[in-house]
Amino acid sequence: MPAVSMTVNGKAVTGDVEARTLLVQFLRENLRLTGTHVGCDTSQCGACVVHVDGIASKSCTLLALQCEGAKITTIEGLAEPGGALHPMQEAFRENHGLQCGYCTPGMIMAALDIVRRRGNDLDEHTIREQLDGNICRCTGYHNIVKAIAAGAKAMAKGGTRQAAE
Amino acid sequence: MSATGIGAAVRRKEDFRFITGSGQYTDDVVRPGETRAAFVRSPHARAKIKSLDASAAKKMPGVVAVLTGADLANDKIGNLICGWMIHSKDGTPMKMAPHPAIASGTVNHVGDAVAVVIGETLAQARDAAEKVKVDYEVLPAVVDPAKAQAAGAPQIHADIAKNTIYQWHLGDAKATAAAFAAAKHVTKLDIINNRLVPNAIEPRAALAEYDVGTDHMTLWNTSQNPHVARLVISAFVGMTPEHKLRVIAPDVGGGFGSKIFIYPEEVVCLWASRKVRRPVKWTAERSESFLTDAHGRDHVTHAELALDGQGKILALRAKTIANLGAYMSTFSSSVPTYLYGTLLSGQYDIPSIYCEVDAVYTNTAPVDAYRGAGRPEATFVVERLVEVSARQMGIEPAELRRRNFIKTFPHQTPVIMAYDAGDYHASLKKALEIADVKGFAKRKREAARHGKLRGLGFSTYIEACGIAPSQAVGSLGAGVGLWESAEVRVNPTGSVEVLTGSHSHGQGHETTFAQLVSERLGIPFENVSIVHGDTDKVQFGMGTYGSRSGAVGMSAIVKALDKVEAKAKKVAAFMLEAAEGDIEFKDGKFTVAGTDKSAAWGDVALNAYIAHKFTGAELEPGLKETSFYDPTNFTFPAGCHICEVEVDIDTGKTEIVNWTAVDDFGTVINPMIVEGQVHGGIAQGIGQALLEGAVYDKSGQLVTGSMMDYTMPRAHDLPSFHVGLTETKSPSNPLGIKGCGEAGAIAAPAAVINAITDAIGTENLAMPATANAVWSALQGAKPRQAA
Repeated sequence: MPAVSMTVNGKAVTGDVEARTLLVQFLRENLRLTGTHVGCDTSQCGACVVHVDGIASKSCTLLALQCEGAKITTIEGLAEPGGALHPMQEAFRENHGLQCGYCTPGMIMAALDIVRRRGNDLDEHTIREQLDGNICRCTGYHNIVKAIAAGAKAMAKGGTRQAAE
Repeated sequence: MSATGIGAAVRRKEDFRFITGSGQYTDDVVRPGETRAAFVRSPHARAKIKSLDASAAKKMPGVVAVLTGADLANDKIGNLICGWMIHSKDGTPMKMAPHPAIASGTVNHVGDAVAVVIGETLAQARDAAEKVKVDYEVLPAVVDPAKAQAAGAPQIHADIAKNTIYQWHLGDAKATAAAFAAAKHVTKLDIINNRLVPNAIEPRAALAEYDVGTDHMTLWNTSQNPHVARLVISAFVGMTPEHKLRVIAPDVGGGFGSKIFIYPEEVVCLWASRKVRRPVKWTAERSESFLTDAHGRDHVTHAELALDGQGKILALRAKTIANLGAYMSTFSSSVPTYLYGTLLSGQYDIPSIYCEVDAVYTNTAPVDAYRGAGRPEATFVVERLVEVSARQMGIEPAELRRRNFIKTFPHQTPVIMAYDAGDYHASLKKALEIADVKGFAKRKREAARHGKLRGLGFSTYIEACGIAPSQAVGSLGAGVGLWESAEVRVNPTGSVEVLTGSHSHGQGHETTFAQLVSERLGIPFENVSIVHGDTDKVQFGMGTYGSRSGAVGMSAIVKALDKVEAKAKKVAAFMLEAAEGDIEFKDGKFTVAGTDKSAAWGDVALNAYIAHKFTGAELEPGLKETSFYDPTNFTFPAGCHICEVEVDIDTGKTEIVNWTAVDDFGTVINPMIVEGQVHGGIAQGIGQALLEGAVYDKSGQLVTGSMMDYTMPRAHDLPSFHVGLTETKSPSNPLGIKGCGEAGAIAAPAAVINAITDAIGTENLAMPATANAVWSALQGAKPRQAA
C-alpha cells in the first residue's frame, strides 16, 4: 500500500492507503477526524467539503494520494487552539443555521470559501447561488443564508485570520 | 418570560458539537475488532433466485463471512413486520406478505438484499460482494400502482390476489352520494401525489456488537425511536430477549420519518455480529439509500367536491390507490388511512365525506411515513379542490374558504377527528396582510410586461399530530401505544437530568426541553441536561415523529415535574418544620406561606439525598420522578400559506417570489426553533411540488437513483420565508402545545401548485411542476408522464 503525507489542521500526518482511498476516508478513518461527513456518492451534497491548499474541495471526490504534500483544513481546524470559535461557526449558532448538524461542517467550510472569493459583504442572492454544491434537508436554507452573511461580516470586523492553511 | 424560559429564542446547547465537527453520528462510532458489511442486492425488480454461489467471494482477501437468506432462515430469525392492522371494508385483515431481512426465494424490488459480505475493511467487503454469483430468473414486474390490480397483472406475493393489501374506507357513502346528487356544482380532480425519497443527508447506518461473555447485544443505529427498534427486533424478529439488547441512537443526521422504521440492515448486522463474534458496521451509500430507504407519498386519487350555489361545501369524496411498495414497512398501513382520510375535512365544515383507499403492492421500495405522512396528501386533495372550485364558480379563493371555515369548537368532523380549538379566520387574515394580496394584481400586470406570468396560491391546511392517544389509535389498529415518558432526576447538587423517550435528530430538544425545566424549577438553564437515545438510560419511549415531542414528550416532563415539585415540597416541609400544605414553590425557592422562612432549590435537593431531616418511615430519600403521559387527543395545528410565483413563459421555469406562512401551533417554546421547523418543512413541500419525484421505469429500475437525477432543493431554488404565528392553545395538554415539525411540508405543495395553475391558467399540471411540465402545460399539451 502506498504511503501518503500531508498536513492536516497544521499537523504533519502520514498513512498507508490503497490507491482508491478517498481523502474523506483518510480523514475519517485513518486520522479519526470524523467532523467531515459523507452524505452522497455523486459529489452533490457538500457534507464532505474541506479546504485543500486554501480552496474548498469535496473530499469525497479526491483521492488521498492526490493530496500528497497538501495543506488540508477540516472543520476541526477552525476554532482557535484556546477554544474560541471562528466567527463563521459562531454565526451558525447565533442564527440557528443548523438543525441536525450533518451538513454543517461542509456548509461552514464552503461558506469560508465564499468569503474568500466574494468578500465579506455578501447579499442573499450571491449566497444562495454560491451554495449550489451544498445540500441541507433540515433548514430550508433561510437561516444558513443569514448565518453566512453574518459570519462574513463578523470576519471583516474581527480581522480574523483565514482558516489555517 | 425569562431569557431562557418558555417563549425565548434561546440559542441551542447542541450546536457546539455540530459546528466544531465533534458530534457522534453512527458511522463515527468505532468498536474494537469492527468488521464492515456490504450487501449484495438484486439488480432486478422481481426475480426468482435460482442459485447463489458465494464460494469465490468467501476466498477473497479479508472476507470474514458471506451470509445468505438461507442462513438467516436456518437461524430462525423472524421477518420484519408492519405494526398497524388495517381491515378492509369487508372486515378481512390487511394482507401482510412475509418480509425476511435477506431474501431467499424471490426478490421483489431492485435493491432487495440477497446476501451480505462481512469483511475486515469496507473495500474488501465490497470487492467480495461483486464476486457473489446469483442466478436470477427474471419475472415480470408490477410498477404502476394504478395498474397493480388490473386483470392479468403479475401477482407479486403468494396468496395476495390483485396485489391488494386492503380496501379501506371511511365516512358515510350514502349521505355523501346524496349530497353530490343534490349539488349545484361538482368539482372533479385527478391527482397524483408524487413519490418522494426522504434523503436525510446522513445515510442510514447500523453498528452491531455481540458480547460473547454476556450474550448481550448492542446496536448503534440511525433511529428516531431506539426503544421501538429494540422491541420490534427482540419480540417480533426474535433476535434476542429484550433485556439482552441495548439500542443506541446517537446523533442522527435528520430523519423526517425515514429513520422510524425497522429495516433489514440493522437486523442483519445484529445477527451477523453474533455469528462472527465481532462488531459489524454497515453504512448506506447514497445510491443504496435511494433503493432501500422507505419512500414517501405515491398516491393516485380521484377526488370530488360538491357545493351549493353560494359555494358552501356539501360533501367531499375521494378514491385513492396507495402504493406501499414491495413489502409493508413498519407504519405503512396507517399513512394512507388514519393519517389521510381523517384530514379530508380540512378547515371546513363539511357535512358528508366518503373516502376509499386501496393499498397495493408493487415491485418498488417500501413506502411509509415521510414528513407529514398522509396529511400532505390530504391537504393537497382538499386545497386543490377548494381552489379549483373557487375558480370554476368565480368566487375569490380566500372568500370561498371563509364561507366554509369551521367557526365553533369543538367541531366533530365526519372523519373521526374532533378539532378542539382553532381560529382559521385569524391566520388567513394575517397571511393576506403579510403577503400583500391586495397589491397582487398590480404586481401581476408589472410581471406580464416582462414576459412573466404571476400567480397566487393558497393553502389553508390543518393537520392532526401530537401523535397520539393510545387507546384511540389502538382501536384503529395500532399495535403500540403512542404515549411518551420522562424521568426527571434531581441530583444532590441540584442540577437536573431529564431522561426522555423523545429523540432529537435536529429538533433541538436539548435546548427546548431544558427551557421548560429551567423555567419550572427556577434553576439556571445550564444546570439542566437532557438525555435521550439510549435504551440503557431511558427505560422506554416511543420516539420522535408525528410532531409529538412538544405535545406529548414535553407533557410527560411537565407531569414528572409536578411529581418532583410535590416531593420536594415534602422535603422542604421537614427542613422548614412546617406543614406540607403551607409550602409554596416559586422561582426556585420553597417558602412557608405567610412567613419569610425559605429554602433554596439546591438545599432542598441536597437534603432529599442526605435525608437527615426525616426518617425513612416518614419519607423515602431521593428526588426522582417518572411520568408516562398518554395524550387525550390529537392536536390540530392549522394555518394559511400563500405562495406567489412568477413563471417564465418561454422556459416554464417557476420562481417563488414570495412565501407567507401564518401558522397556529398553540404554545411556542422557542420561536427560533419553531421557525426553523417551518422553513425546513416548506422547503420539502416546495421540493415535492417543483423538483422531486422518484421514478421507476417499466421494468422497475429506479431511474432517479442518485442525487444527480433526483433533484434535491438547493438554496437557489428557494426564497426566504415570511413566517408569522397566531395562537389558540391546544386544550388537551398542560402546555397548550400543538406541534410544528411537519406543518410546512403539509401546507406547501398545494400552495405552489395553486399558484402556478393560477399563473398559467390551466389545472392540467402534475407534481413535480418542473420547467418542462409547466412549459408543456402552457402549450396546451398534457404533461408527459415520466417514463
